[in-house]
Amino acid sequence: MPDTVATGTHKDSAEPPRPAVSAERRIAFARLRDLALIPPIIVIAVVGQLVNSVFLQTDNIINVLQTMSEIAVLVLAETMVLIVKKMDLSLESTMGLAPGVAAWLTVPTGAGHGLGLLPGGWAVPVTLAVGLAIGAVNALFIINFGLNGFIVTLGMLIVLRGILTGISGGQTFFHLPGSMLYVGTTEWLGMPASVWVCLILFAIGIVVLGFTSFGRSLYAIGGNVDAAKAAGIRTDRVLWIVMVTAGGLAALSGLMLSGRLASVASAQGNGYIFTVFAAAVIGGISLNGGKGSVFGAFTGILLLYLIQNVLTLGGVPAQWIGALNGGIILIALALSRVTGGKIQE
Amino acid sequence: MGTAPPVAEASGIVKQFDSTVALDDAHITIHQGQTHALVGRNGAGKSTLVSIMTGLQAPDRGAVAFSGRPAPRLADRDAWRRSVACVYQKSTIIPELTVAENLFLHRLDRGQLGLVRWNEVRRKSRDLLHKWSVDVDVRLPARELTIEQRQFVEIARALSFGARFIVLDEPTAQLDAAAISRLFTRIGDLQQQGVTFLFISHHLQEVYDICDTVTVFRDARHVLTAPVADLPRGELVAAMTGDAAEAGGRAPRRPPPAGAGRTLAVGSLTSAGSYQDVSFEVAAGEIVGLAGAAGSGRTEVAETVVGLRAADSGTVDVGGARPRPGSVPGTLAAGVGFVPQDRHHQGYVPHMSIADNGTLTVPRRLGPYGFINGRVREELARAAIDDLAIKTPGPDLPVAGLSGGNQQKVVMARALANDPRLLVLISPTAGVDVRSKEFLLHKVEQTAAGGTAVLLASDELDDLRVCDRVLVMVQGRVVAEMPRGWNDHELVAAMEGVDLDA
Repeated sequence: MPDTVATGTHKDSAEPPRPAVSAERRIAFARLRDLALIPPIIVIAVVGQLVNSVFLQTDNIINVLQTMSEIAVLVLAETMVLIVKKMDLSLESTMGLAPGVAAWLTVPTGAGHGLGLLPGGWAVPVTLAVGLAIGAVNALFIINFGLNGFIVTLGMLIVLRGILTGISGGQTFFHLPGSMLYVGTTEWLGMPASVWVCLILFAIGIVVLGFTSFGRSLYAIGGNVDAAKAAGIRTDRVLWIVMVTAGGLAALSGLMLSGRLASVASAQGNGYIFTVFAAAVIGGISLNGGKGSVFGAFTGILLLYLIQNVLTLGGVPAQWIGALNGGIILIALALSRVTGGKIQE
Repeated sequence: MGTAPPVAEASGIVKQFDSTVALDDAHITIHQGQTHALVGRNGAGKSTLVSIMTGLQAPDRGAVAFSGRPAPRLADRDAWRRSVACVYQKSTIIPELTVAENLFLHRLDRGQLGLVRWNEVRRKSRDLLHKWSVDVDVRLPARELTIEQRQFVEIARALSFGARFIVLDEPTAQLDAAAISRLFTRIGDLQQQGVTFLFISHHLQEVYDICDTVTVFRDARHVLTAPVADLPRGELVAAMTGDAAEAGGRAPRRPPPAGAGRTLAVGSLTSAGSYQDVSFEVAAGEIVGLAGAAGSGRTEVAETVVGLRAADSGTVDVGGARPRPGSVPGTLAAGVGFVPQDRHHQGYVPHMSIADNGTLTVPRRLGPYGFINGRVREELARAAIDDLAIKTPGPDLPVAGLSGGNQQKVVMARALANDPRLLVLISPTAGVDVRSKEFLLHKVEQTAAGGTAVLLASDELDDLRVCDRVLVMVQGRVVAEMPRGWNDHELVAAMEGVDLDA
């Protein structure tokens, strides 16, 4: 027996636990999972090009990226939250309320429900501060009071939506200060600033979650919180940072949308969270935590919007887009179940 | 062992949880290079001692020292990890991360900008595993590893922190024989390289195989520490059980009538990882015990009989019928009543009343077409309350409001509600006070006297004493059958996997 020890399990004639050949293959497969949506995206690109030659033109691609940029930032936020095995439904309301509060305080009186208390330059800091504060409230309830994240953020979703309706009187804020419009309207190097912001945030997300010890601690916490604690990770602090960051990202996402539309509707962001969850799960993020990558989540939301774009270009009536979208989400989930091989819970 | 201070020493440890004393002035001393076994029956305080010695809990009184220096503060995890490491039964490997990342979790190599240098992490992981002769590809996700490989990785990780004292908490519980022998070889090698082990096991044979010193705990106290070679098996078992022979008190039960028809026949039941090739029969009116340590497969076999789980192969035959495997409704229809292992988990619905809980298994008796006749339900419940002497103001009280013993009686009422021809009980008296325990066991005897076959899976000697014969399981196999009249030492020795005659 002693000679088998030095060489470990492989040469053990009695019962080799796993052959070495498949180890290579399984490693390769684990890496490929991140790229699982690339082939479908290529297929969609080919189909799109056949349907309408406009599809692959730069203008159309930029248009798709800009339309999805705001919701993509929400997907990024939700991805982090899901990886630590929490849930944040309130992101969609944060996305409306944060710019809503900023507009309420800065839009001059006389025009709708604005109070005109602050000069226009305060709008962006106020938006972000509201987002971070909402994240902090969520964190307080979920982490410090130990409440269920789904229910807490469901409550927050309703409360925040109600506050926005209250301060806006159910109407839309117009005449936003210039600073709020900037990120949604400016172009940098020929591409809308919101697209740049979205891409840069995802790049940061990929680097932070893949290449920093903070990012890896997210996976450790989501995978096995006891083991993470045993490894010396301050789990509560990491969770706080994740929840608060998610709130801040949602506020930024709201700012981008308000800037593009030059208004804050009282229903801004309403219903987005379902698409956000669908995109994250299609992109390989597990609702059970600890699994998936930021890049995967990006391909998830990209795939959904490309399909939507192809349908629009193909002349599918707008009334049917919703039904088709739902169907696509279900098909995409089924496909990722087949490719992932595991039951989704 | 010379004059060097012991690698680890705990002295005068007292630890109390609410009203339970988990450790009472316990002590243990582990010397350099030993492989030291810590044994004791369930509740002896082993786990509590391990969590105190690995810095997960602070003792109420007493002190822990490593190599003569007092143990670090509880919050100083790094200092603890340099002194001691524990491979727990529950894996602390994160399945979705690679082996390399698991090894260097929270201390990954970082380059400029604070970014992780994955190549460096992988190289160091390879070096580490190579140093301790663990042959695992560090790029694999940890979930791909076998339990055995995972343990080796955990041991290597522990050693990489600088700890040369490692606690193994029942490392063999989930391994097969070949893997166990590989683990033992590995332990022997590491011991020669100066690593000291504290080995916790339910299988005394393993203690004799690899340990040189053994410490026995019983009822939260240290009983003895001795070199394994000087301690005959019988004495070791006696130290674990104490003078438990004073049982008695109970009138011997009338044996079941000879020639009674068999009610339960289990044939070659096998379920990978739980039990193999289990066959036995239970006659009408007979009480058969299924004994074994935790993880021996006794619970799994009983759960297979009642349909809570399905076996990979083999048959379960109840009164001539073969209920569909893995289907509880199927076995209920075949006339099986059962008390599940954990009443909180599977036994009752806490916010529902005694009446509802007690009649969960017999919806058809409550009224026609699925409607519930409140009066019928109440009558059934009152009968059960009288029959089982459940202490309650009435049948409408939620079960959550009852004491543990009375809750278990409600679970028993549920099991008996359909007048079963086969009653299966899994650890029926766990967490139940002495009087309720006596009552429940008496009820089991009464039920058997009425012609019901009883299968009782437990490791409690008191439970097993009511049995006409006891089947002993070790590592998923039935290894012995003991007729009524066994003595405690024999049975415990069999359950712990030692041969007293060896």
